Amino acid sequence: MKRWIALLILLPGLAVAAGSKVALQDPNIDLTDKASLQRGAQTFMNYCLGCHQMQYQRYQRMFNDLGIPEDLGQKYLQFTGESVSDYMTNTMPAEDSAQWFGAPPPDLTLVARVRGPEWLYTYFKTFYVDESKIFGVNNLVFPNVGMPHVLEPLQGTPRLAYEEKMVDGELVMRPAGLTNDGNGRLSEDEYNDTIRDLVNFLEYTGEPTRLKSESIGRGVLIFIVIFFVFALLLKKEYWRNVK
Amino acid sequence: MTTLLAWIEARIPMMRTANVHAIQYPAPRNMNFWYVFGFLATIILVNQIITGIWLTMNYEPSAQRAFASVEYIMREVNYGWLIRYMHSTGATAFFVVIYLHMFRGMIYGSYQKPRELLWVFGMLIYLALMAEAFMGYVLPWGQMSYWGAQVIVSLFSAIPVIGGPLVEWIQGDYVISGATLNRFFALHVIALPLVIVILVFLHIIALHEVGSNNPDGVDVKHPKGSLPESEKTSYKIHEHFTNRYDYADDVVPFFPHIVLKDLVAFSIFLFIFCYIMFFAPELGGKALEHPNFEIANPLKTPEHIFPVWYFTPFYAILQAVPHKLSGVLTMFGAIAVLFVLPWLDRANVRSWRYRSGLHTANLLVFAAVFIFLGYLGGTPQEPWKLIAARIATIMYFMFFVMLFLYSKHETTKPVPKRIPR
Repeated sequence: MKRWIALLILLPGLAVAAGSKVALQDPNIDLTDKASLQRGAQTFMNYCLGCHQMQYQRYQRMFNDLGIPEDLGQKYLQFTGESVSDYMTNTMPAEDSAQWFGAPPPDLTLVARVRGPEWLYTYFKTFYVDESKIFGVNNLVFPNVGMPHVLEPLQGTPRLAYEEKMVDGELVMRPAGLTNDGNGRLSEDEYNDTIRDLVNFLEYTGEPTRLKSESIGRGVLIFIVIFFVFALLLKKEYWRNVK
Repeated sequence: MTTLLAWIEARIPMMRTANVHAIQYPAPRNMNFWYVFGFLATIILVNQIITGIWLTMNYEPSAQRAFASVEYIMREVNYGWLIRYMHSTGATAFFVVIYLHMFRGMIYGSYQKPRELLWVFGMLIYLALMAEAFMGYVLPWGQMSYWGAQVIVSLFSAIPVIGGPLVEWIQGDYVISGATLNRFFALHVIALPLVIVILVFLHIIALHEVGSNNPDGVDVKHPKGSLPESEKTSYKIHEHFTNRYDYADDVVPFFPHIVLKDLVAFSIFLFIFCYIMFFAPELGGKALEHPNFEIANPLKTPEHIFPVWYFTPFYAILQAVPHKLSGVLTMFGAIAVLFVLPWLDRANVRSWRYRSGLHTANLLVFAAVFIFLGYLGGTPQEPWKLIAARIATIMYFMFFVMLFLYSKHETTKPVPKRIPR
């Protein structure tokens, strides 16, 4: 009985969640942290690539940018394709996957540029058990998402917690955060680090040239400042007699 | 060398053209920072054309390959990301500069007699630029490319009788599709750039025929023979101008004086431009919208559809009117009314420095309303925003109505004969 009441109370609570009222958390990613990017790549290859592709990203480019020797990369990280210059694709037929999940799992090369790292980080943290869904889970930032909680073996089984509260003289159950069954392989901190690394990796694949752009940019800006000084002095010299 | 130059000069007026239009062109010496945006716009136009050519080398205009080819440019073409960001940041910079350039014309009355056609050519450039930017934004074939095109093209369906067939004719299909993408590509890389370059040429020819205005709105050319020799400028001004007019020391030659001023402005502009390009090319989702990194999907409508920031003021006007055809007409009217600005302003004084406080207030309110409309059109709809957009739309048009009414009998200050020292 209590469970039914909970479910009834839960529904409007979820409607609120659908309006993206969930506060997004900042993962504090660091694109210069190559170890973090390598761990993120490892998580991606083991947990995501089975369903999600990165059809615009080549293995070789990733190995080079992340400082992974190509032979080691091919041995431990490349589970699809043959050549090191292959794109990071899988062999799941889109027609079948559309039937299985309702829509083919989206390509993730650019997902960080679409959603932003805060959204992704919070997304990985806010799965919860919802028996009414096909995959038995739902998500607070992406309500009714058609994806199983793939990282559950790491995180443990997350559940919505409820609190009893008096509202207008009636005792009701309201959603109050998430709890965890504690059956995951990782502690909460370890899980947070793992998904932070994963988000970092996704941010990298969204724009592999980010760091190069900023390093060139710094040089260019310094040059322009110097150019500005000389341009200004020259202009002053010519305009001295005009005023 | 001199012989060679003379040989060429006898056959094509190379040095003469350079002297008339650039080196010995008489420019008012009080031109302030508002006068650099025409030069900057030209620089950006060149940037867009050159980076555009290089992008075309690897871009594939088809619904199947467009999105992937843009990512190919971003990842695998040598410095392709830089070329693409130069082009996308250039589009945003173009409109920033053009809006400031237009507002300059408004505050200093540069559209007034005898510069009406100069203003009209400028407006035509603005119109062509909007079409160019819209079609360019469709090319990456992301979600906002697709749905933005859907919204804009469907505006034409509001036209009675021919609306439906017209939309099909524009799209080349029953829906926005690869056929639409292909023709927009053709228009974006050939047709409209050609039109813009020709219009810019005419804009400059018209400018150099009537001469540049200045912040005081003072005429710097005097009737031939009206100035004693002692008052004439000591700078070398080309005979093309001095044969017809007398110039006092109100003018300086375009080179090196104005060129050096523009160079200083250019380096400040370039600093801001490069900062955005290298460090924040998405400009917080304003220059490159986040949903546009997702491939176009005709079956999935984005939660919110916004045009890029430079169209949002007009988008807000469109949304403010509840009736579709009236909304479209109001939106196009908001652009059309700018064309006739030279004839709506009936004052004899150009610059706001010598016009009434009412005129200054009217201009500043207009600028604020335009920016506010841009905010309303670029953020998710809320009930209060609809009312605000309606009020702002009325205020937008009120600028022109009020200008027409008060300008004829406006109390103005006396304009000096020469540029004040």
